[in-house]
Amino acid sequence: MTLKTEPFVLNIGPVHPSTHGVFRMRATLDGEVIIDLEPVFGYLHRGIEKLAEERTFTGFIPLTDRLDYMASMSNNLGYVLAVEKLAGIKVPERAEYMRVILAEFQRIASHLVAVGAFFNDCGAFFTPFIYMFREREKIYDLFEMLSGQRVLYNYMRVGGFNQDMPDEFLPAARTLVNQIRHRLDEYDTLLLENEIAIARSKGVGILPKELAISVGASGPVLRASGVKWDLRKADPYSIYDRFEFDVPTGTAGDCYDRWRVRVAEMRQSVRILDQALKQVPGGPVKTYVPQFFHPPVGEAYAHIEAPKGELGFYLVSDGSIAPYRCHIRAPSFINLTALKEMVVGWKMQDLIIIFGSIDITMGEVDR
Amino acid sequence: MTVALSARKISEQIKARFPEAIAEVTDQPPVLRGESLFAVAEYLKSSPELAFDYLNYITAVDYFDYFELVYQLTSLTHNHTVTFKTRCYDRGKPTVPSVVRLWRGADFQEREVYDLMGINFEGHPNLKRIVLWDGFNGHPLRKDYLTQQ
Repeated sequence: MTLKTEPFVLNIGPVHPSTHGVFRMRATLDGEVIIDLEPVFGYLHRGIEKLAEERTFTGFIPLTDRLDYMASMSNNLGYVLAVEKLAGIKVPERAEYMRVILAEFQRIASHLVAVGAFFNDCGAFFTPFIYMFREREKIYDLFEMLSGQRVLYNYMRVGGFNQDMPDEFLPAARTLVNQIRHRLDEYDTLLLENEIAIARSKGVGILPKELAISVGASGPVLRASGVKWDLRKADPYSIYDRFEFDVPTGTAGDCYDRWRVRVAEMRQSVRILDQALKQVPGGPVKTYVPQFFHPPVGEAYAHIEAPKGELGFYLVSDGSIAPYRCHIRAPSFINLTALKEMVVGWKMQDLIIIFGSIDITMGEVDR
Repeated sequence: MTVALSARKISEQIKARFPEAIAEVTDQPPVLRGESLFAVAEYLKSSPELAFDYLNYITAVDYFDYFELVYQLTSLTHNHTVTFKTRCYDRGKPTVPSVVRLWRGADFQEREVYDLMGINFEGHPNLKRIVLWDGFNGHPLRKDYLTQQ
């Protein structure tokens, strides 16, 4: 007797512990196997692009914090670079070094969450996550020393920084970089040859190279699929061309490769921080920019290699104190385009892992 | 260093191949006619010396008289980039051809432009709202959408 079956639509989210934010998926299942997936989002849409038209250029910086809220410094950096490109403002050397140092610490912090949450999804319920959060908490302490905030910093400004670093910052940063270097080795000792981690992530959720390029994927997702494209090398911004570092890439484009690329990137960030922390010059940290600042009429697009991928800001100015239009090119939003192809054919539990390995933040997806 | 191709040179190159696509060649990014958009985009992607295989972004700006769509493409092999635009003068039902068949990344981005600006993309397989819910009335990023009534 044949068993009569029919596909079943399962709604996952938006309120769900494993969806990394308010993200909803409507998965069509045939038994346990996924045959179709429809992502639905917009639950965190706050109209940030519209709000930009009603804020001054400096007043918009706190709103950029709330895009990828796990990596606020990077969002700030992308936005102020776009405004500086629009207005032709040059930033002092000390501020450039501070920007690189903060961006790389932020990259490490964001990847610690990404890898920690990935292991949550694999079932190592919170142990690696909490281990990795020890370093993230120390990075929070460093950033709190500068900006007074642990997570949403509102620290970078058009033209540099409002206040210089306190004297304790650089020694504390150097100590922390050494600790992170050793801790990364400790995490690999615990997790690299773990057979559950390998069984659940190797060969799972493959994103082929051509699809990754066609979709416009960026960041670790693109590099794990074998494309050696990192904006810090391909289109250097700020002073990244002065530092020596490698761009780790994967080969298979599976979840394992995305994990390994993120860990390798953390090691490269440590390398950049070593160089930058030695070379910080003295001097001013801000170019004067008036409070109600009128950039010239025109448009500019500036992009950075944020931890999640290519974060870009397209700004149009009509000469007034607010942007005429601000579009945010959000890496998480665009990386999600290939989710259906990556997930179809796998089972429910793999869906959570594959989705977690793309590493998205809903603040960026919905904006 | 990603080379931003000179807007004038790329406009001349496009105009030589598609004479009706560009009205006039200037130093600003080329403004293509809506009808020629897909053909020019396909040429930009498939031509070996241009090879624009990576779509950075698609966005739209509301300039009251017209909507301007902005596209930026990058070639990962040659490491150069180009920006081009197209304009829709019809405020009632602005329509532009979709480039989803060339770059899959246009899928969500065109849906977002439809959702927030109300521009229709012909040939898009699934043109539904993406960040706002299905019953929402209006297109908030338009300049005539009043946020406070």
